[in-house]
This record gives sequence, C-alpha cells and structure tokens, in this order.
Amino acid sequence: MHGVSEADFLRGISPFLGGFYLFLGMVNGIFAYHLWHNLHRTRDAIIWIVVSMFLVVIAAAAMGGSPPGLPLSLRNFANWATGPVIYSVGTTALLVAAYLLRTWLVRPMVGWSLLMFSLVLLGFSIAEPNFAAIVTKPDNVPIVGLVFLLGFFTWIATAKAVENDRRDAEGLPPTEKLDDEKVLVWPDLVYTELICMIALTAFLVVWAIALQAPLEEPASSVKTPNPSKAPWYFLGLQEMLVYYDPWMAGVVLPSLVLVGLAAIPYLDFNKKGNGYYTINQRKFAYLVFQFGFLELWITLIILGTFFRGPNWNIFGPFEYWDPHKVLALNNVDLSQYFWIMFMGQSLPKAPPDATLIQQLGTILLREWLGIVLVLAYFIALPPLMATTIFRGFFAKMGFIRFMLMANLLLFMASLPIKMVLRWTVNLKYIISIPEFFLNF
Amino acid sequence: MSIGEMIRESQVWKSIFRHPMPQDRRNRIVVMLTNFFLHLHPVSIKKQGIALSYTWCMGGVTFFLFLVETVTGVLLMFYYRPTLEWAYNDILALRDVTSLGILREVHRWGAHAMVITVWLHMYRVFLTGSYKPPREFNWVIGVILLLLTLLLSFTGYLLPWDQLAIWAITVGSNMARATPILGHEGPGQQLLNIQGIDMITNASDARFALLGARFVGEETLNRFYILHCIAIPLGVALLLAIHFWRVRKDGGISGPL
Ligand code: HEM
Repeated sequence: MHGVSEADFLRGISPFLGGFYLFLGMVNGIFAYHLWHNLHRTRDAIIWIVVSMFLVVIAAAAMGGSPPGLPLSLRNFANWATGPVIYSVGTTALLVAAYLLRTWLVRPMVGWSLLMFSLVLLGFSIAEPNFAAIVTKPDNVPIVGLVFLLGFFTWIATAKAVENDRRDAEGLPPTEKLDDEKVLVWPDLVYTELICMIALTAFLVVWAIALQAPLEEPASSVKTPNPSKAPWYFLGLQEMLVYYDPWMAGVVLPSLVLVGLAAIPYLDFNKKGNGYYTINQRKFAYLVFQFGFLELWITLIILGTFFRGPNWNIFGPFEYWDPHKVLALNNVDLSQYFWIMFMGQSLPKAPPDATLIQQLGTILLREWLGIVLVLAYFIALPPLMATTIFRGFFAKMGFIRFMLMANLLLFMASLPIKMVLRWTVNLKYIISIPEFFLNF
Repeated sequence: MSIGEMIRESQVWKSIFRHPMPQDRRNRIVVMLTNFFLHLHPVSIKKQGIALSYTWCMGGVTFFLFLVETVTGVLLMFYYRPTLEWAYNDILALRDVTSLGILREVHRWGAHAMVITVWLHMYRVFLTGSYKPPREFNWVIGVILLLLTLLLSFTGYLLPWDQLAIWAITVGSNMARATPILGHEGPGQQLLNIQGIDMITNASDARFALLGARFVGEETLNRFYILHCIAIPLGVALLLAIHFWRVRKDGGISGPL
C-alpha cells in the first residue's frame, strides 16, 4: 500500500490483530480445559495449553504495536505461487490430496489444528500492508468468510461421509438412520429457528456496525477504474474471459452451468446415497460436482477477487498492485500455428472483391484444423466414451441422457483444457473467425 | 388470575390465535395446524431432519436473509430515488444524515451473506443426495432460485450509482453484447438481416434490452431499480412458496430410506 506509512499502517491494524489472537488464545484455552476435564486427555491438553500461551504472547506483541508477520522468503514464495499455472495446478492437487487423505483429515484433532493454523496464517499475513489492503476491502471480507465457511462445512460433510462409508463397509446403516425417531416440531424445531434468527440478527447488526458499506466517487462514464471488476460472485465468469471469447464465457458457459445443475437429478441414475452423507457410494457424481464447484467456481472467484489487479494482471498476495506492471502477451491462434509455423506460408485470404461464398470458403480453409478438432471433440468423443470407459453408464442411461451428460462434461472439461493450452503453448483460439465474432 | 392468563383468556387474544398456549402435547400439535405461519411445518419430524449437522440450517438461513432484505429494502426505498440527480446523494445521505445509519450496511452485508448461504444450501443438498427421486423437481426450482438470488444481488449493485456500481454492471453486462445471434457482437448476428439491413445493432440487441440504452445510464438505473425492488422479489416469493410446498409434498426433509 502506498500513501500510508508503515508505522501508521501497523498502528491501525495492531489492536485488531491483538484482539484476534487473544480471542484465539482464549478459545484454545477452553479447548484444552475441555480435553483435560471432560475427555481426560492430559497429553493433548498440554499441547493446546502451549498453543494458547503462544497465542497470548503474540497477542501481546500485536497490541504493543509489532504484530508478527511472515518472513520475506515465505512471502516471496506465496507471490510466486500465485502465477496462474501453479495456482490452478496447486489448488487442484490440494483438493485431490484432501480427497485421498480424507479419513485422516476428518479426525477432530487434525481438523482443529488446520483451522487454527489457517487462522494464525491469516493473522500473520494481514500484518503486511498489501495483503491487508486487498483482504480488508469491505466487499472482499465476505469472501474470506466464504472460504472459511466452505472449509468448515466441507470438513463436517466429509467427516459424516467417512463415518457412513465405514459403517457401510461393516454392513451397518448410515448414522442418519439412527435418528429416525419422530419429535414434535413445537418446541424442538421452532425454538431452534427462533434462536437462529436472533443469533443471525445480532451477527448482521455487529457486522453492519463494524464495517461500513463501500461508496466510491459518483459514477462517471469517462473514468474507467483499473481493474474493472464484476461483482465478486461473477468473477469466475470474468476469469473465463481470459480463455474464451465473451459469447462463450459470458453467455454460453453460464447458461450451460445452469442447465447442467438443473439436469443433475435426471442424469444421476445412482439410487444410493439418497438422504445421507456418503462418498464411496457415489464417487463419480461426488468428484464431478466437487471439481466443478470447488475448483472451477470457487477457486476462480478467489483468484479473480484477490489476485487479479490492474490490467487484469495476476499479483501475488504480498505484491503491490502496480498499474504499470507489464507482461508480454503474445497469444497465437491455432490457424496461425498451422499455416505460418507449420506450412510456412501466410494465412489464406479472400480477394477484396470476393463473394460471400468465396469468403466462407477461405475461412473454412484457414480454420479447417480447428474446426475438425472441435467437431471431433464434441461429436466423435461421446460415442467413443460410450463404448469404452462409460460403457456401463451408457447402458443404464440410454442415448439422449448419455449424450447430454457427455456434452456437459466435455464443455466443463474444455475450461481446464483451454487453460493448459494457454499456459503451455500460448494458444489463443482453436477456431478464430473474427469476421463472424466466432472464436472458440 | 395472573395478567398473562387474563390476556390469554381475552376475546381478542383468542380471536387471533385460535388455540390455547402450546404447553401440552395436544396443543403443541394443534398450534402447528391452526397457525398460518407455523403450518408451513409438519407437526412432527424425524430427529435427523432437524439435526444442524445434517441440514446446516442453510435453507432456513437463506430464507431468513431474504426476509431481512425485504424489510430493510422497503425502508431503504423510503430514502432512495433512482435518478441520476438523486441516487448517489440519497445513498450519501443514508450514511451521513439518516438516523438508523446502518440500514444500508445491513442490506448490503445481508445480500452478500444470502449469496453465500444459498451456495452452501445447494452444497449440502448435493452432498446428501437430496435431489434424488422424488425431489428432482424441487432441485430444479432451487436452481432457478439460485439464479434469481444472483440477479437480485447484481441489480442491486448498480443502485448506489458510484464508480464501483456502474463499472461492475458495465463489465457484467458487456458480455450480453456477445450473445449468439441476439448480441451485436455475437456469432450469427448477421443472420437476422433483412434486405441488407442488420436487425441486431447496438441499439436493438440483448444488451440494449437489459440496459434500456447503449450504455449504463439513467434508463438502466430505472430498469434495474424495478427489477430489483419489484419483479425479481415477486418471482423469488412465488418460487419459494412452491419450493417449501414441495419440501412437504416430497416427504419432508430427506433421510435414508
Ligand atoms: C432463495 C434460495 C433458497 C431458499 C430460501 C431455500 C430454502 C429451503 C429450505 C428452508 C429447505 C428446507 C431444508 C433445509 O433448510 O435445508 C429447502 C430444501 C431444499 N432445497 Fe432449497 N432453498 C433455496 C435455494 C435452493 C437451491 C439453489 C437448491 C438447489 C439447487 C435447492 C434445493 C433444495 C432441495 C432439493 C430441498 C429438499 C432437501 C431435502 O429434503 O433434504 N434450494 N430449501
């Protein structure tokens, strides 16, 4: 952050961080007491008492005006790791690892340690002005909340699924089945609802008092802000604009997301896993949904919110948003690869007085390779899938349902494919027909 | 007779509530059947259907946030005029002049929260496989509700009429230019062409229909205001009624068979 001196920044953030660490220290103290007193796990209690004391010490340091931060080497590493390739591949790898290690991750101690670790990491990071500037922007605060809420609920759901899968392996019914005794809605449910409403109202009022809604300068159609961002929940779509033309990123793909979501109940023919948490009994549906939701939707929103700065360049979390940062971009269309680099000639061009038919012919000639590839992808692949890896699906789903699913999956897969092609060979468009605004 | 009893025995009280206090089992059942607001619920329910660890209460929280947005939204409408002359100044005044100065904050943070909770609700419905028969159609209604929630938030984003607002909406709506066939920079736009005259221009395409103009201006403000305050909330209210009705008709909250 420029304009505010380092000292002023620290003075502003220190009380907040001090309170934050003090709160965490208290929570961990209570947690340790609970372990010792109720669960009689003295050894674990000692560990968390130490953690709690450590937190109180940093709370004191923060309140004294010098909150601890991350060492420079770690910050540089984080900045480097937010490049698009490492970010996307890295988040995918993390999700895969979390999936594979799920029985270990859902242990209460592991979950608690991860939560505390991420909260302390957040605290350490906020002590750096550039990070603080972007994370504490009023409209970005909810997204920090979203990340923690998603982590929390994914953890709960996974814990229940792991437990149910274990029971299933032993031939027992899911835990949800144990609670099928009926209770009266008054009082059991209505009181829960009442308490929820009061708690939420209090929460909203506190949030509203603590954080003022943003109001920038009056609207001006001549002063374009840099970067210009869509509202945060659409930043995944704006991110897709990097890889697709607007007609795909802004219209076709969002529509397909909605169609695909609405089609899920009609495509998923698996009767198991209805009304309880499970992973093993519906692995395919689970993995596809998680990839689409957590990786393609949520991580792209995080990327767009926190890491996209001026000129839509990527900035690391500890990097200053410099509007003059230039990155050389020379993306190449497939037709240019084919005609110029492979054939060694220039792109086919229609003569200036060509008729419409001649023009179309030239375009077809110029783009033939891309057109063949895209048609093969969407038309030849589904039958191939139906006769090989998805044979069982095809038999159960029938022609229409299978084709719909295959095409939705292929559209979804086209995003990571295009991302990889962009990073590895700078590929811009596979089909590029700017004459008709038709780029793919 | 205590004062409480006197009130509960009075003609006025009885005319409103139609039944005694739900203090015994019989009246706890009767209250659910005879009270308009409570009759959304069944009388009794499986224990796991109300377990917080199962539903996360996220559908309920989303609904509550919708109600909060409705109430604070109506109050905000008292203070806000959707014109170029007043929009920004009215918002400024809401912060600096109006009593209850957190009205706008509650409305804005509530809106962000609602987007988040509707995603979490969908997430849990997916993870519990609750979209499977017989609940397929209620999931579809949910998807429409999800879209409407996002559109509510999107249309509201413009109303403060500051830099953040118009540029976010400009970026968001620019994509409509590229709608296939119906956008003036979309593929196939040349197809709608009568005797050499383009029917799809920047003054007649999908984006124009959305904005009411060729760029985000006063017409857009008016359009988004009406969509935000009237059209979309009515749509949400209707779909919510169907959504809740279907939850009941499909056999209540899902659970293992
Ligand atoms: C404005 C948005 C929405 C509101 C206020 C809402 C509200 C609710 C409520 C109160 C329930 C009762 C159970 C619970 O709380 O979990 C419910 C159930 C359900 N919702 Fe929603 N919902 C919304 C959006 C959605 C969306 C986006 C989806 C899915 C795409 C969805 C699909 C369902 C389904 C399938 C059920 C039945 C679940 C079961 O029986 O376990 N809803 N909804």
